[in-house]
Amino acid sequence: MNMLARIRRIPFWSWLWFILGALYFILPLYATLEFSLGMERDVIGFKAYGRAFEDPEFLRTFLYSNVLALLTIIASIILIVPTAYWIRLRLPEARRIVEFITLLPFVVPAIILVFGLIRIYSSPVNIPFTNTTILQPLTTFEVGTDILIVAGYVVLGLPYMYRSVDTGMRTVDVRTLTEAAQSLGASWFTIIVRVILPNIRAALLSGALLTFAIVVGEVTLASFLGVPAFGPYLFLLGQHRAYEPAALSFASFLMTWVVMGLIQLFTGGQGQAAGAH
Amino acid sequence: MTQTALNPKVSVPASDWKKWLGVLPFFLFAILFLVLPSLRLIVGSFTNDEGRFTFVNILQLFQEKSILDAYWLSIRISAATALGGGIFGFLLAYSVTVGGLPKPLRSALITFSGVASNFAGVPLAFAFIATLGRTGFVTALVENLFGVNLYKQTNFDLYSFLGLSLTYMYFQFPLMVLIMAPALDGLKREWREAAENLGASTTQYWLRVAFPVLLPSILGSMILLFGNAFGAYATAYALTGGRLGIITIQIGAQIRGDVLHNPGLGYAMAMGMVVIMAVSLVGYSWLQRKTERWLK
Repeated sequence: MNMLARIRRIPFWSWLWFILGALYFILPLYATLEFSLGMERDVIGFKAYGRAFEDPEFLRTFLYSNVLALLTIIASIILIVPTAYWIRLRLPEARRIVEFITLLPFVVPAIILVFGLIRIYSSPVNIPFTNTTILQPLTTFEVGTDILIVAGYVVLGLPYMYRSVDTGMRTVDVRTLTEAAQSLGASWFTIIVRVILPNIRAALLSGALLTFAIVVGEVTLASFLGVPAFGPYLFLLGQHRAYEPAALSFASFLMTWVVMGLIQLFTGGQGQAAGAH
Repeated sequence: MTQTALNPKVSVPASDWKKWLGVLPFFLFAILFLVLPSLRLIVGSFTNDEGRFTFVNILQLFQEKSILDAYWLSIRISAATALGGGIFGFLLAYSVTVGGLPKPLRSALITFSGVASNFAGVPLAFAFIATLGRTGFVTALVENLFGVNLYKQTNFDLYSFLGLSLTYMYFQFPLMVLIMAPALDGLKREWREAAENLGASTTQYWLRVAFPVLLPSILGSMILLFGNAFGAYATAYALTGGRLGIITIQIGAQIRGDVLHNPGLGYAMAMGMVVIMAVSLVGYSWLQRKTERWLK
């Protein structure tokens, strides 16, 4: 009994697992940081960071990836919010099939998705049984490729965005809000943009940040579709440089950290609000 | 109008049909960018060079040694990291939930797990090269502390099965922590009290009560981890440069140029992957539903 009580006071095993876990987390990060700071012999300095950030190619690809992320987030919101809203309000029977579709990206990983996308959209789309082309191959011109990659990213982010939006709508009374807005003469567009969106902003933000985290460093779609994004740039940089890629890797980690911290902040706040009800 | 008033049910089919217009854009998008691309691969894997229906590609899939090896390597890596990540992740989740560690450590671990489970691809590969590569930090540390050079005196190689598995573990066990922490929270206090009142020891409580309740959840999560590793491409490609022929790398090579000299076989290879992913997702949701009965 005494032993048991003592073991319970000092959770030895718990501490052991925790410390091992912490080491696994921290060692690769520490190693990357230390390596990236050692660009100049015998000096610890941020030279690798300076070099990496100065590269115009870095700026261009990083900016491009951020624009892709932003477009993906906007497209996801336009696509998912009205759908989730409509299902909640009028079409609960569509819930199952829509939820099933939002889970499909887990079954079709990025490499398979890009395989299929390339095979479909690298040839012109004809009206069946004729030679009349209604759509040029998307992969042959820049805007086409951009549309294709944003669509692919919307698909990759679908499970996360849909889940976030749906959870957000569960906490607000969609029906009452809609009836109130309608009785004041609001159109559907006004209801969604000015009533629903502001009410689920915490959920939207967390979905948007997760999407951002997926898109900014994404490699598979970007490299196979051949767009000048940050992921493929970092990969190529790693082929012929040593210190700059390490610096950018550490910076990417910090960015992921900030994004996840923000999500924690927003959803944490929401959780508290739900508890206070 | 009078008809509607008399028999409101008559108008239901019409409005029913119109209701679906609200979700039309979503379905259209899903068909164009998710269903059609997947269907293209499925149709392709049943089509021969002349465009006719065939089972040959599927049969060939089970005969081509290089493809079977790739699947097998992927399955072994995914299973190893799912098992290792699952066990380690569970122990970590245990330590911060019911394991008696101070509360702040819990939120630190959960936040860190959120970051690490999303930290994959090229940066993760570079981080592990800086850690366990030939001149990596830990490689040097081990040599200084124990006088053992991992690369010269042992068979260790980062660009191998073990190396890739260790790298995958970095996003595998945090995912396990994120799934298991809420499940462990769901263990009811009353169960433990009841067990203790009936004279059960801590070991008995865990073996006879807590573990059986958690088992479907643990297995389900491990299946999820399996799928997570099975579909990974970028990390493996950035780490090994395509030297380790897991299935996603082989598919990547097939997309870049028809390395199998048979497009149909390439599609079949991709479809086989989708089938394995689908089976693991079904297994996961089935086990998850079993758990929800208890932990809610």
